Amino acid sequence: MDSLEVKQLTKRYGDLAAADHISFSVRDGEIFGFLGPNGAGKTTTINLLTGLATPTSGSARIAGFDCATEIKKAQRVMGIVPDESNLYEEMDGLENLSFCAALYGIGKEEREKKAGELLQKFGLAEAGRKPFGAYSKGMKRKLTIAAAIIHEPKILFLDEPTTGIDVASARQIRELIRTLNQKGTTIFLTTHYIEEAERLCNRVAFIVGGKIVRIGQLDELMREVQQENVVQLTFANGGADLKPALRENFPHVVVEASGTDALRFRSALPLNLTPLMRFFEQKGITVYEARIMRPSLEEVFVKITGIALEKMKQEKEDKGKQ
Amino acid sequence: MKSWIAFWNILMKDMRNYYLKPPNISWGIIFPVAWTLMFLLKSPTAVDVRGLLPGVMSLSVLFGTTSMLSVTLTFERRSRSFERLLLAPIDLNLLMLAKTSGAIVFGLVNAFVPVLFAAFLTDLSGIDWLPALGAIFLIAVTSTLLGLFIAVSVKEIFEAQTFSNFFRFPMIFLCGLFIPVESLPVFLQPISYMLPLTYGADILKSSISQNGHLGVPINFLILLAFAVGLFAVSVRNVKHKWIY
Repeated sequence: MDSLEVKQLTKRYGDLAAADHISFSVRDGEIFGFLGPNGAGKTTTINLLTGLATPTSGSARIAGFDCATEIKKAQRVMGIVPDESNLYEEMDGLENLSFCAALYGIGKEEREKKAGELLQKFGLAEAGRKPFGAYSKGMKRKLTIAAAIIHEPKILFLDEPTTGIDVASARQIRELIRTLNQKGTTIFLTTHYIEEAERLCNRVAFIVGGKIVRIGQLDELMREVQQENVVQLTFANGGADLKPALRENFPHVVVEASGTDALRFRSALPLNLTPLMRFFEQKGITVYEARIMRPSLEEVFVKITGIALEKMKQEKEDKGKQ
Repeated sequence: MKSWIAFWNILMKDMRNYYLKPPNISWGIIFPVAWTLMFLLKSPTAVDVRGLLPGVMSLSVLFGTTSMLSVTLTFERRSRSFERLLLAPIDLNLLMLAKTSGAIVFGLVNAFVPVLFAAFLTDLSGIDWLPALGAIFLIAVTSTLLGLFIAVSVKEIFEAQTFSNFFRFPMIFLCGLFIPVESLPVFLQPISYMLPLTYGADILKSSISQNGHLGVPINFLILLAFAVGLFAVSVRNVKHKWIY
């Protein structure tokens, strides 16, 4: 069953289509990645789905509830982590969580119990009585996620959950997302960190200029852009010097250096490793690693969308600085 | 869902985070005292404290509520914490009622600071408290909704303050508190009757100094209509401007 079903969703601001006839569905229990550069329409789509914006045309259903006519019912089953941590600076962690639970009609005793449990689970128990304004960026992000799941939503929207935070906190947050998903929460994740989507998502959609340019499972998308077979061999003792001899013996294979002690072999045909290994054995070279190289999701993204990696990286840096 | 839990917690959160903060408590005390002193110093003869009371009470409510709600809402919008409320499964009418209730309570408390001071300076017997209380409540409601109207129209906190004064200062002189409406130039009188404060002030004058001129029931009806109308317009504005 689908947790989220979007059909031809469009949002126009004058001549600008921030979301342009977007259609996709998110299955129960999956982590769905929504990838694109800044300004691609990711946040607009989240706003349309969560009730912070009204569509110009099209429709969306969350857990069967129509986002236009039954948004308050839909909001009961969704949790939202916005791209900025927006809890109350002057309230402490416990008060913030308890307040967020109260917004969902949870009684005092139950919400205080849940808030305490979540602080514990997110490693924030010691900071529970500190004002939110005194938290580090990573702690703020974790508390914002905790606030979004205190009412046990069926679907969790995460808008750029790890942007601008340190590596250790980002890793913890990714682990939390995985755990939540394993417990049955459907995750809708927007990010411009392609590697994050690669680590977490079952399926992804690429959005550029308000339009979805491709949707699919990661393997499927990677296979689609993989036009050749690539194997990388790493040597213990100088095999990388044999490039000319390799070219002579294996004319259908393109040989490239990869660092000082490795070679990369490219071929349009499936690569047979046996003759290669025999060649190195005869030359007295020890091969201690053979790795099949697959395109990264980043490469897939670049090939499909045509957006330069440098642009994505610059955006990451700029957003991180903010 | 138990909506009242959300309503009560939003109200309590606002009271704790904004209205019960020391600067606002001191504002609530200093502001009415400053107005009273201004009239005392200005007047060459003995001041009729009781006669001043409707004006000082009304202004305390007007300034307290419009400032507080427009500033707190603009602040929450800037920090995006208001989004959290819009994303909660609470009916928008109930949400705005919860947000405005804090400011209304703040306004009511503000109104009674000058009463407390006046009790030491003059005899307050013979005041018809029931209509006075009703008038103060409705002045607080309409002024708060004016604050909401301002909050929806601005983006920055300083804009909220500036825009508030644009409405408040003309209201002081046009609502009949210090210059009777019938003594205003003819072309200004219609404007005066478009202001909710005119009707609230008239009830207070009737209840406290027995010199109102429109009649309490008609004043209440018009004030109620203003309150309902302003609330409906405010919620519509929030829907149109904050839910894009």
